[in-house]
Amino acid sequence: MVTLTHYLALSAILFGIGAVGFLIRRNALIIFMCVELMLNAAALAFVAASRYRGLLEGQLAVFFVLTVAAAEVAVGLALMVAIFRTKQTTNVDELSGLRR
Amino acid sequence: MVFYLLSGIAIATALAMVSTRNAVHSALFLVLNLLTVAVFYLLLSAPFVAMVQIAVYAGAVMVLFLFVIMMLGAERIGGAAGLRWQSPLAGIFGAALIIGALLAFLRAPAGLAPAGSPPAPLGDPPAIGARLLTTHVLPFEITSILLLIAMVGVVVLARDSRSEGK
Repeated sequence: MVTLTHYLALSAILFGIGAVGFLIRRNALIIFMCVELMLNAAALAFVAASRYRGLLEGQLAVFFVLTVAAAEVAVGLALMVAIFRTKQTTNVDELSGLRR
Repeated sequence: MVFYLLSGIAIATALAMVSTRNAVHSALFLVLNLLTVAVFYLLLSAPFVAMVQIAVYAGAVMVLFLFVIMMLGAERIGGAAGLRWQSPLAGIFGAALIIGALLAFLRAPAGLAPAGSPPAPLGDPPAIGARLLTTHVLPFEITSILLLIAMVGVVVLARDSRSEGK
C-alpha cells in the first residue's frame, strides 16, 4: 500500500537530485531547470500531504509555488539574456566579474 | 504498482536531466519529469493542480526555457571545467541530504496513516476557487502584484540599453 511516506521519500529523492544538479552543472540555464525540479518536488510533497490529511490548503500552496516559480523563471531568463548580450556565455564560472 | 512505475520514470528522467550534456535534451527530460508529477497529482485526487501543472509548467515555462536556450545557442555551454573536487563533494552532500530526509520521513509515524477516503470535493475547481477567493484572498491578491512586478522587471531587463537613444 502506498502511504504518505512513499510520496515524501520520492519528493526527497527528486529534491536531492535537483540539489546535486544545481551544484555540479555550470550552464546557468540548466541550473535554473534544477531549481524548477526542486520546487516541483516540494509541490509534490504539498499535494501528497493535502491528500492524506484531507485538507485543501496543500493544493492551494502549490498554486502559489507555481506562480512564484513562473515569475522567477521569467525574470531569471531575462537576466540570462541580458548577461549573454554582454558576456557571450552563460557559464557561471566565467561570470565572476562585477563589471563588463 | 502504478506508484513504483511512475516514480521510476520520475527519478530516471530527473537523473537524465542533470547528467545529459545538451541543454535542449535536459529541458525535454524536465518536461517528461513534470508530466510524470502531473500524473502523480491525478493519483492524489488533485485534477485541477495536475492540469495547471501541464499547462503552466510543462507548457508555458518549459517553452520559454527552450526558446531562450535556442535563441542564445547555449546548448553546449559549460562542461566539466572548473573545480575538480566540486562534483564528488556535491554528490556526497546530495546523498547526505537524501538519506537524512528519508530517515526523518521513515521514522515519523504520522506518514504511515492509511489513506482513507478523501472528502468528496477535495481537488475540484469550484472548491479550490471558493477557498482561494474567500479564506486565502490576501495571498491571492499579493500574487497578482508579484506577477505585475515580474512583468515590469522582465521588460526593463530585456531592453537593449545600446539602442536606447534611437
